[in-house]
Amino acid sequence: MLRKAVMVIGAFILFLLQCCVFTKLNIGGIVPNLILLITSIYGFMHGERAGVITGFVLGILFDVFFGNVIGLHALILMYIGYINGKFCGIYYPEDIKLPLGLISLSNITGSVLEYIFTYLIRGRLHFGYYLIHIILPEILYTIVLTLLIYPIIVVIFNAFEKSSKKKEAS
Amino acid sequence: MSPIVKQKKEKFTLSGKYLLLIFTVIAVVLMIVTYGTTAFDGPFNAVVGYVVVPFENGISKLGSWLGKRSDEFTDIKTLLEENNALKEEIAKLTEENTMLAQDKYELNSLRELFELGNEYDSYNKVGARVIAKDSGNWFSSFIIDKGTNDGLALDMNVIAAGGLIGRISSIGPNWARVTAIISDGNHVSAQVLTTGENLVVSGDLELMGRGIISFSMLKDDENVVTEGDKVVTSKISDKYLPGIIVGYIQYIENDSNNLTKSGYITPAADFKYLSEVLVITDLKNTDYENAED
Repeated sequence: MLRKAVMVIGAFILFLLQCCVFTKLNIGGIVPNLILLITSIYGFMHGERAGVITGFVLGILFDVFFGNVIGLHALILMYIGYINGKFCGIYYPEDIKLPLGLISLSNITGSVLEYIFTYLIRGRLHFGYYLIHIILPEILYTIVLTLLIYPIIVVIFNAFEKSSKKKEAS
Repeated sequence: MSPIVKQKKEKFTLSGKYLLLIFTVIAVVLMIVTYGTTAFDGPFNAVVGYVVVPFENGISKLGSWLGKRSDEFTDIKTLLEENNALKEEIAKLTEENTMLAQDKYELNSLRELFELGNEYDSYNKVGARVIAKDSGNWFSSFIIDKGTNDGLALDMNVIAAGGLIGRISSIGPNWARVTAIISDGNHVSAQVLTTGENLVVSGDLELMGRGIISFSMLKDDENVVTEGDKVVTSKISDKYLPGIIVGYIQYIENDSNNLTKSGYITPAADFKYLSEVLVITDLKNTDYENAED
């Protein structure tokens, strides 16, 4: 129960950081995608359900504030969370290659889908420009932040697992 | 409670697959409903506003503090240069101002003759603070800390530093979302101040990085519109009040149809460092049906 509460608070904090702090700490106008980052992390750490719920809730929050249509980002994020959840079985906290790979892939997928649904649909065809100026910098920034945020999340949840194992042993 | 309820392992949980299916249906329904109508705007915006906005208010203070620190390092040099340039500009402007004051005196007397009110000055304005920005990289919109409780409403125009910023595109009791005119897919009907020719100003993501916006559909048969001309919102715009400065024409070229022109505009407002904005609480009256002929 406490673990779930911490998960919810963590996701909420990242959402607030994204729209209130990182928009001001942007690099060349590019903001990292922390919402997608946390959806992906919860997905492969805690399974499909966690990924789907995180993606849906954060997506709806994002849509209400910034989206033109409520539900689009929820849909994209939720599927990304679900697919990340499929990798829960082969995930080990010590190995950072899988999380990094998954987060990068998720970010690319998310950005391309975003491009298709909000730009291509209006006839903006310069995909090359958007790829180089928006998508790739965003992924780079997100990966750098993954290296900072991911260890913190691992430490927090390792602590929870240890305490629950102690309870079972005693 | 009865002991039967307390059985632990048989707790009912939906598997990820079904959860995904249910949420997909919900999201698709929401998308369809919100695409055409604003049915969910009221309740959704209210609930989310009361839960999230207080946090945003607090955290955005932290954010602007951090942002300021990081800017300070890079800005000191540019500030010094800017300071010198600004001093020169002040001298120029004071000179210009005295001339304008004379012109205004003349203008006022002429206006009295024509019985025209000075519309731009008479707009009621309310100040608001920017508390959050669009967290994605695709569109440009931001959240301000006032909403319907403070007398704001949908489609109200937002200005800052004398230039048009955008309009309120979504609103809750204690927050409002402002879509900037530089946001991709946003269009403003405007006119060139000198000639009165209409044009359409459109935001474009590719130009956003260069700090400019594009315009199109300018009819200018006599080639009188030149670079540097002032562009203001036009009288025929649906959502924007007339006479608000949008920016200055930076580049102009003929369209391939040889009838219209298009090009780029430098916005009058600085979109990069927005922290306070003014919301004009007058709404454009587009109630044609009730208007008297």
